[in-house]
Amino acid sequence: MRMNIHLKNRVACVGAGMTLFRRRLYETPDELMWLAAKKALDDAGLTIRDIDCIVYGTAPDNFDGIHMQSEALADGGGALNKPYTRVYVGGGTGVFSAIAGWWHVASGLCRRVLVIAEEKMSHVQPHPQYVFHHIFDPVTEKPLGVNLIWIFALEMHRYMYKYNIKKEDIALVSVKNKRNALDHPAAQLGMKITVEDVLNSEVLVWPVQRLDISPISDGAVALVFTDEENAKQLTDEPIWIDGVGWSLDTMYWTNRDLAFPTYLYYAGKMAYKMAGIHNPRKEIDFAEVYDPFDYKELHHMEGLQLAKKGEAPILTREGVTERDGDLPINPSGGLLGVGNPIAAAGLMKVAEVYWQLKGEAGKRQVKKDVVTGLAQAWGDLMQVGTVIIMRR
Amino acid sequence: MTRVALVGIGSTQFRPETPQKNFKELMYEAASRAYIDAGIEPRKELDCVITASEDLWEGLAIFDEYVPDQLGGVLKPVFTVGGDGLHGIIHAYMLIKTGYFDLVAVEAHSKVSEIETLQKIYHFALDPIYLRPVVDNPYALAALEMMNMMRLLDITFDMLDMTIMKNHLNALEWGSPYARIYDYDNLESSEYVAQPLREVDIAPHVDGATVAVLASEEKAKELTDEPIWIEGVGWATQGGRVERTLHNFPLALNTAGNMAYDMAGIENPLADLDFAEVDDRFSFRELVSLAMLRLDGGDLMEMVVNGVYTLDGDFPVNTGGGFIGNGYPLEAGGMMKLLHAVKQLRGEAGFNQLDDPEKALVAIRREVPSNSYAVLILGR
Repeated sequence: MRMNIHLKNRVACVGAGMTLFRRRLYETPDELMWLAAKKALDDAGLTIRDIDCIVYGTAPDNFDGIHMQSEALADGGGALNKPYTRVYVGGGTGVFSAIAGWWHVASGLCRRVLVIAEEKMSHVQPHPQYVFHHIFDPVTEKPLGVNLIWIFALEMHRYMYKYNIKKEDIALVSVKNKRNALDHPAAQLGMKITVEDVLNSEVLVWPVQRLDISPISDGAVALVFTDEENAKQLTDEPIWIDGVGWSLDTMYWTNRDLAFPTYLYYAGKMAYKMAGIHNPRKEIDFAEVYDPFDYKELHHMEGLQLAKKGEAPILTREGVTERDGDLPINPSGGLLGVGNPIAAAGLMKVAEVYWQLKGEAGKRQVKKDVVTGLAQAWGDLMQVGTVIIMRR
Repeated sequence: MTRVALVGIGSTQFRPETPQKNFKELMYEAASRAYIDAGIEPRKELDCVITASEDLWEGLAIFDEYVPDQLGGVLKPVFTVGGDGLHGIIHAYMLIKTGYFDLVAVEAHSKVSEIETLQKIYHFALDPIYLRPVVDNPYALAALEMMNMMRLLDITFDMLDMTIMKNHLNALEWGSPYARIYDYDNLESSEYVAQPLREVDIAPHVDGATVAVLASEEKAKELTDEPIWIEGVGWATQGGRVERTLHNFPLALNTAGNMAYDMAGIENPLADLDFAEVDDRFSFRELVSLAMLRLDGGDLMEMVVNGVYTLDGDFPVNTGGGFIGNGYPLEAGGMMKLLHAVKQLRGEAGFNQLDDPEKALVAIRREVPSNSYAVLILGR
């Protein structure tokens, strides 16, 4: 990638909407998509007729139990005789669909783009982990009967061992995010808990415990992106997308040091370069980093250079990452608090950055004045980092 | 704003079975050929890698995990499109147009011979409540569509037979395992799969992989003297419910085509273009595509009967033999068409070579049951 000195089409976010995040919603996937899309369009003051292109994001196909899922759900996105596409990078799809929306506009091909991410995990019986069984290599890994919690336990263990981190410090993330989520109207698991509650919760795969982990959820989120001209017509305060980045590491995750997310470091570097950011710790005002497990928030802060290696737990302990701290992390409540409908959870983070920058986050609004925000997601076999940077 | 060029393309052969290679090796073979063709060092120069694939064809959930290593994309921006290879090309086009990316590779492949339950996977793509209980085989949907299209566009079986014979003849040059010289008697004895859809109307499945390398204008001029320019792109979806759309014209193909024509500044497609590679997953689809893309000159029957679409005609269509002649490689379908078009434009099409073609159209519809279309206009 190079710097683009001929930039013509600056991309703005002008509307966002989301459904409730719940363990089981009665709406069909198409209906969830449309509910979120309608809210985003209303927020932007547009109708589906004004939209040029639609980008749809969802993680694995199998959750909805239908092959060529994007085709089946096209109606829900309003893709009737319109350009419509689906992109995916596993768990990173949420933020990535926003990145895809960005290039639809930045390329000059589309002027108004609707980005929708939807996930309905409750379809899967008896448990969505059964779908994740099929993400592993059929020859070398599947016969071991692995599931996602196992491999994340390995990663968590390695992270704790390498930087000498205590479980008490990691549990603070869960406590903070679930508390933050109490203020989120769509949240699934907002609650007031203590570090002791986390440490006493059921052990799933040591060191991962029940309260270290995000729930299974249904939900959808939508955003509206436009070019500069349309944005200025629609609103006085567009939120600009100034940097995007993503990077995919090798699928042979067993050959990597799991203590540091190299892929995210590269993704961050790409986004910082595009946004002209040299010192992320100083220039990023707040961040929505991906937190399906509490240790992942810390891990990702380090990968994004928002903390030095091994420093993120210290920042958390000192309250720097609280909503009123110096570097608020996950003011929305994150995946641990709001819920984790995989792709939708990632896009929820982008939507939260939009709301925070607009000053529309209500009770969740961070204390300090914010200009630059970052949203990030992560996915595949601990393999992909997707980053988006937005400015007021 | 930069123009976008295709600077390299590489492909494996398309074969009904490829027991000697797994899907990663197929991808690797195609990618190596494409990178050599483009003259690039992928680990150093590539800015982004795109694959087009669906999880259920692969038998692996979240398939994009499995792609970076064999394509030279480790720790680079890599992603997967749930669409045909041509949708991947369109994303690459847009990425280069933003001005941040110089060199993007697009991959699509098929390893359909490894799918034990292909018909069940097709069945799994149908609406679980309204369609799955009543439609046992998705070819029935294609047959319904065929019936409607034959009625709406006055397509006769003779026209379909001529299309099938033409595509098989064109495919002989490509060493296709399926290509053969048909006569009317062979075609007449073909059995119905679901009336009116006959066995000969359906393209058989093949394995294979294709990789294309796209570059910005600046980079393309560094790499080659004769890039193939991508002058227009268009894509559209008709809506999600295939059962609601198969009784009507595929308007989304028209939308996608017009988008591409506008971008390329084409007003009269028949005159401005030299040849076309259009979707022929089923024989009738070729004729429907031609009609929807305004390539029928107002009278489809006359054009077909007069041999306008044959290699010697005024407007050759599916010069490579299309899917009917070569087989259908799932999401790599569009890439196979692209390969045939690029070979023609470069003058490398051997016996099938047209006389100095300059502009071509490539159009694709995704596999049944879908309503997604993609169109490219290529120019020399």
